[in-house]
Amino acid sequence: MGNINWGITEEQQEIVDLIDDFGKERIVPVRAELDEKGIFPADILKELAQMDLMGLYIPEEYGGFGADHMGFTLAIETMSKYCIGVSVSFAANALGADPILIGGSDEQKKKFLSPLASGEKWAAFGLTEANAGSDAGGIQTTAVKKGDKYVLNGTKQWITNGGEADIYTVFAVTNKAKGSRGVSCFIVEKDTPGFSFGKKEDKLGIRASCTRELVFEDCEVPAENMIGREGMGFLLAMKTFDVSRPGIAAQGVGLAQGALDEAVKYAKVRKQFGKPIIANQGLLWMLAEMSTKVETARAITYAACRSLDAGVKNISKVSAMCKYYAGDVAMSVTTDAVQVFGGYGFMKEYPVEKMMRDAKILQIYEGTNQIQRDIVGNSLVKEYASV
Amino acid sequence: MNIVVCIKQVPDSDKVTIDRETNRLNRAGVPSIINPFDENALEMALQLKDKHGGKVTVISMGPPQAEQALRTALSHGADEAILVSDRKFGGADTWATSYTISLAIKKLEDVDLILFGKQAIDGDTAQVGPGVAHFLDIPMLTYAQGVEVTGETFKVNKVTEDGYEIWDIDKPAALTVVKEANELRMPSLKKKMAAKKAEIPCWGYDELNPIDENIGLSGSPTKVSKIFAPPVKLNKEILSGEPSDMIAELIKKLKEQHVL
Amino acid sequence: MSTTKELWVYAEQRDGKIAGVVQELLSQGQILADKAGFTLAAVLPSANGAELCQELYNFGAKKVYTIDDPKLADYQNDYYARAVAQLINEKKPEIVLYGATTIGRSLAPTVAVMVDAGLTADCTELDFDVEAGNLLQTRPAFGGNIMATIICPDHRPQMSTVRSNVFKKTKLSDNEAGEQVEYSVDLSGVPERMRRIEAVHEADTNSIDLNAAQFIVSGGRGVGKPENFKVIYDLASELGAAVGASRATVDAGWISHHHQVGQTGKTVCPVIYIACGISGAIQHLAGMQSSDMIIAINKDPDAPIFDIADFGLIGDLHEIVPEFKKQIAAFKA
Repeated sequence: MGNINWGITEEQQEIVDLIDDFGKERIVPVRAELDEKGIFPADILKELAQMDLMGLYIPEEYGGFGADHMGFTLAIETMSKYCIGVSVSFAANALGADPILIGGSDEQKKKFLSPLASGEKWAAFGLTEANAGSDAGGIQTTAVKKGDKYVLNGTKQWITNGGEADIYTVFAVTNKAKGSRGVSCFIVEKDTPGFSFGKKEDKLGIRASCTRELVFEDCEVPAENMIGREGMGFLLAMKTFDVSRPGIAAQGVGLAQGALDEAVKYAKVRKQFGKPIIANQGLLWMLAEMSTKVETARAITYAACRSLDAGVKNISKVSAMCKYYAGDVAMSVTTDAVQVFGGYGFMKEYPVEKMMRDAKILQIYEGTNQIQRDIVGNSLVKEYASV
Repeated sequence: MNIVVCIKQVPDSDKVTIDRETNRLNRAGVPSIINPFDENALEMALQLKDKHGGKVTVISMGPPQAEQALRTALSHGADEAILVSDRKFGGADTWATSYTISLAIKKLEDVDLILFGKQAIDGDTAQVGPGVAHFLDIPMLTYAQGVEVTGETFKVNKVTEDGYEIWDIDKPAALTVVKEANELRMPSLKKKMAAKKAEIPCWGYDELNPIDENIGLSGSPTKVSKIFAPPVKLNKEILSGEPSDMIAELIKKLKEQHVL
Repeated sequence: MSTTKELWVYAEQRDGKIAGVVQELLSQGQILADKAGFTLAAVLPSANGAELCQELYNFGAKKVYTIDDPKLADYQNDYYARAVAQLINEKKPEIVLYGATTIGRSLAPTVAVMVDAGLTADCTELDFDVEAGNLLQTRPAFGGNIMATIICPDHRPQMSTVRSNVFKKTKLSDNEAGEQVEYSVDLSGVPERMRRIEAVHEADTNSIDLNAAQFIVSGGRGVGKPENFKVIYDLASELGAAVGASRATVDAGWISHHHQVGQTGKTVCPVIYIACGISGAIQHLAGMQSSDMIIAINKDPDAPIFDIADFGLIGDLHEIVPEFKKQIAAFKA
């Protein structure tokens, strides 16, 4: 974007170009309807599968494309310019698969990642509960070992791709006494007896995405579906977030870019007092600040991805930073875009109204932006411990 | 099943403008695309391959840069591409083009089906498909919107002015394909990456060994005698102002001209 | 008679009825034949040609070559091309004109390569250069922004396909005299490589027969969104017009592709074409610029559509089109 050299490789640029074309041709024409009626973009995901994009983040040995974090993040960013309801439905597959990628055995990877890579199956991540939101340690869903199975009981809440996905990574307490060290992660397949879904939630934004409860009633899951060992769940969840938060940041960057694009185009053609509104310094400065925010959010997001790709240990801080910063930028830039459009911006006829509604979730999900600041702050405390 | 799709690289007519001084196309900055109808032919081939297996080969005759259209076709899922290009083929009309392309297809083995777009948007002639079919001595149907494989024949749904016809046509066959048939799938990332590096053979005069008087300008019965701008509308009236006044004025004029 | 050079019109028949474009071609063929000093003749492959000759005489054919064969009852490319090509090779006409119909555009290109003739597609003007003996075939190129005149100096016959509704038809009388020349072609040697199984004539359920419409109201990107097509439909129904659309609106999924006018859609030539919110990309102009009258409604005064419009209304279609409808209703009342 702009005149900044982001050091994007040729392969990454191909990914961007492909998804950009896709966004214009396939997402823009349908996004308003998906939003209005709350339609899950199943057809879009199927087409993304045909384009090899559902397996973008999955290593080649499991049938994926093997893109690095940067490549995958660029894919999410580009798609998010057009609709983050669609891009979250796409990216939630990776979130669901991340625990397997990070902690799964080779057998689990072969069995579960390959159909995700081909797009034949979809994934979802099940952590949140009614009493375990930001306090992920408060999980109440239990998994009790019974022979070569674990029996799951409990309810997960607000699960993206819930009901649509085929493969779920679900966090449940295996040893209550150990607190967050007593949480384990299981791979649960959709058709498992005792596993059902609540109703689809009616949301403010990202209305194309599907959000449901996962209900477990004496749901027996084979012990071999546990990822890693008992008690590793919480750590797995935190490691997953380290990897996935730059993806949420990328949604913010893309969404803000999309809103900026709309705002600049509109400001150039909309005339008041005989001149385009962009000729007013007050408005021009607004656009300048929006643009600066987008680029700084992009910079910290790319920095997080590059750190991940370089194998930097413990990237929780930069991961949290980019998540909350880009999320806040998306909220502010989309709000300003509505302002640039004036009355028209408030109307559903123009896309910025939806963008503003969509932006709000970025400050909430995958750890609220307040939790992210906690993570950054706590990192500082550790870093400066010896000072 | 072996399917050949003949594609043409054309300027994107949505973005073309004409220099009114010279009556030439302002080509600068105008992207080249695969002729839109050829995209439908390509998708028809890919769907047949999805269902029945086999190979899809795309062929394009044109200048060396037509290679780009072939790479695009590969990224959408074609298996192989062949460029037919030689200075000696330049200036060909539809007759000479049909002849030249038919020589290229003759070099391919066991072709079951040859698909063309119903016409190209730059020339709109719709003549190369039937021409190639004749030079290959195979049956041909125009304006196909659907095709099924039925043993040794194809069952083809062909658009007519007031409906459609179902035809049974022997293999190997040629079809020209209409837009109604389908919509071309998006490229795949892996195929797009592979297409960038794909070796695309270029078959020229030496490879095709044509009869000299059948190619290029000398093989073309038709010649362009002159090019001119379409006549401009005289008595044009541009109205602006209040909608009710404009419409009142318009209806008055239409009445005067007895069109209402 | 046989010493005179001939200009032929391919007498396309479907289900035993002569296509409308044939009458137009005969009328224009008459003008060209007079100028060139040729005899105007028609070529009629069918199952029973005698019944159809009178209609061809009435529009100017002095001679009708009938080629009767049960295999020629319905159009089949191999049989028809063989029959017409053989007749051409034997009688050596100077010029053969075909309607640019689905049949004409299959047959003419096949015959052209069979008899080594030049063929010019989709002509909108035909003239004759008496000195050089060449047919001057003018056709739009690059979507109609350029006109090109094509000649075929060294090959005979010179062949063209011609769009419907380009030339006026003139019936001479109901009982013109003419000569039927029966010609037989042995089709037993032509392998039967394709068979028509079924022909379906669809009633036009959506009342969107753009080809036949006298009036067309078309919407473009300026319509804004699918629901807004209602104003276009409203005006169309008031005018008894068909509804057209630009490629942008079809691609965006606002309206079905059956409505698309333009190079990749339908080519139309109604009495009045009303373009609403259509900027006028070449690809659209190609499909409608031969309309008798073009009315353009667009808020951008620089839109290219105004270059070809007879009447241009600058303003917001969402205000102008409903007003148009209102005043037409009042006018009718």
